[in-house]
Amino acid sequence: MHIIQELLFVIAFGIAVYLFSRKARQIRQNILLGRDVQLNDEPGQRWQNVLLLAFGQKKMFRNPLVAVLHFFVYAGFVIINIEILEIILDGILGTHRLFSPFLGGLYAVLIGCFEVLAALVLIGCAIFLVRRNIVKVKRLNQHELDGWPRSDANYILITEIMLMLLFLTMNTTDQALQLHGHEHYLNTGAFWVTGPFVSLFTGLSDGTLVAIERTCWWLHILGILAFLNYLPYSKHLHIILAFPNAYYADLRPKGKMENMPAVQKEVQLMLQPELASTEPTNGDIPKFGAKDVPDLTWKNLLDAYSCTECGRCTAACPANITGKKLSPRKIMMDTRDRAEAIGAQIAKTGSLPEDGKTLLRDYITEEELRACTSCNACVQECPVSINPLHIILQLRRHLVMEESSAPQEWNMMFSNIENNMAPWKMSPDDRDKWAVEMNG
Amino acid sequence: MQIKTMAEYAASGETPEILFWVGCAGSFDQRAQKITKAFATILDKVGVRFAILGKEESCTGDPARRAGNEFIFQMMAQNNIAVLNGYEVKKIVTACPHCFNTLRNEYPELGGHYEVIHHTTFLQQLIDEGKIRMKEGGSFKGRKITYHDSCYLGRANNIYEAPRKVLEALDAELVEMKRCRSNGLCCGAGGAQMFKEEEKGATRINFERGREAVATGAAVIASNCPFCMTMLTDGVKEQGKEDSVQVLDIAELIAQQIA
Repeated sequence: MHIIQELLFVIAFGIAVYLFSRKARQIRQNILLGRDVQLNDEPGQRWQNVLLLAFGQKKMFRNPLVAVLHFFVYAGFVIINIEILEIILDGILGTHRLFSPFLGGLYAVLIGCFEVLAALVLIGCAIFLVRRNIVKVKRLNQHELDGWPRSDANYILITEIMLMLLFLTMNTTDQALQLHGHEHYLNTGAFWVTGPFVSLFTGLSDGTLVAIERTCWWLHILGILAFLNYLPYSKHLHIILAFPNAYYADLRPKGKMENMPAVQKEVQLMLQPELASTEPTNGDIPKFGAKDVPDLTWKNLLDAYSCTECGRCTAACPANITGKKLSPRKIMMDTRDRAEAIGAQIAKTGSLPEDGKTLLRDYITEEELRACTSCNACVQECPVSINPLHIILQLRRHLVMEESSAPQEWNMMFSNIENNMAPWKMSPDDRDKWAVEMNG
Repeated sequence: MQIKTMAEYAASGETPEILFWVGCAGSFDQRAQKITKAFATILDKVGVRFAILGKEESCTGDPARRAGNEFIFQMMAQNNIAVLNGYEVKKIVTACPHCFNTLRNEYPELGGHYEVIHHTTFLQQLIDEGKIRMKEGGSFKGRKITYHDSCYLGRANNIYEAPRKVLEALDAELVEMKRCRSNGLCCGAGGAQMFKEEEKGATRINFERGREAVATGAAVIASNCPFCMTMLTDGVKEQGKEDSVQVLDIAELIAQQIA
């Protein structure tokens, strides 16, 4: 009987790890669809960002109450993984609470800590469900979340609550069995959170208790393995990708726009034609800006997969606040959706899709892009170092430089700058008029 | 007062301490010209030997670049850099955070390396050095002033304290808007929005910001950017408060109170 359980566990575990690593590879390939950028300078500063922004969740604390709840859920989930290690080893070896004899009295303390965390995760997730579905916090109920994204968020919270309840029920029945003197259930002493609830179960027979305990054990670990495989299809992937995304975050001042060396060189040759003969010519016609996902950088795509759709960016966006179509969160969701679509097509046919679709227009409209004030509020707010503005500006570059698509007023501004050296139709000779007036 | 150009300095074989980069708004926009004049007056009064480029100055290219037109940006940037490097300019002060951002962050990789400083930081340094002293019993003493963080000084370049320190020197009561510092709400002009109609929406961004600024009860909204100036002035008008609430640049506030 035991050996069958061990075998089943090993099979389940193996399948879960295999499926997860297959999907993870796929996501990695999708991210690498993006063009290359070098983001490896200043490793000291980058590791500091990982510590402060990812581990420390520094930006979450812009709203301390939510930050504390989120920290409970996060810390709970990470630290309870130590307990998962024991559960997995028990599953493989057919043991029960493998670490208990080694740790002695410390074991109950450790499990006690896990239980406190589990209770906090439970409370945190319950409050988050209330905020989403009853209080209806605005940023968690905007229309870009209609359908799957809204369900996704609720599934995650409900699953976490279920997993914690299973873990706590398992511990409670375990203690009841210990009190009954069941030989398989080693005496660990009372656990902190579930200890007081044991009396509810002591009236049940050994058989029933073992059945409940084993069912909880199996559902808990199978639930975790299923959840692991749910992550890559969900916004919840941020629990993994927040870390690399913090490491690769842009370290330069937010106001700096990415340079376009191809245009720089072209203009240089125009202004100094004497350089032209010495410059080696390169036959490629460069693409300007981004029209689709492969034109973006891999960091833009890592951003998209790291987004947990919390909407702090959108809640801070001046365009969105004043009712414009632009939502930085939607920019990220669209980018991920398009990367997934392209990735799926490549997996099927081995080449880039010819579905006639592009990120620009089929996903993100010109109206959205034109509403951006480049104020960097979205970049500032993002707790996991996502930069929606970089994507917006690359798409704008495509519109203007590849399609000459700009509002009439912008075209006038361009020609004014070109002809009068100022965005308005003013005579360059009047530029120092104010000084002449002052000089009297 | 005699405002000299770099060309005039060069002709007389002299070098100014600093180049005052005026920017297009500061040069051509009637309201922003007052900011330019206020700042030039302060520099003159304090005895800073400064020059302007005059007719040799061009748009930095910021609005073109942010609208997506990299060609125009590169043309402007490379021409400006040629002029600046020709005069061996080392230090630049500007009263426009968009020019500041472009000169400071985007010109170096194109070959333009200068120490670039925004006028609010420069004013703070002059106050700290004791070069700017305020009149006794200044007219802003005890009055409520609120400060609007421009995006290109604030989030884009992390400058939040210098402008506030300058305002403290006025002995006014500084009241913050609900969204301030890194949470500050944009005026609506950045990213080349200044040069086009806003997209369709429920309201205008500057109306939203104007409402928030007026709600502080401040008599003065202090700004640091000629574009924010235009936007906030309209925002205050929309609230019907143009008679009781003034929008003034930090340089104008100091120019009024300098001893």
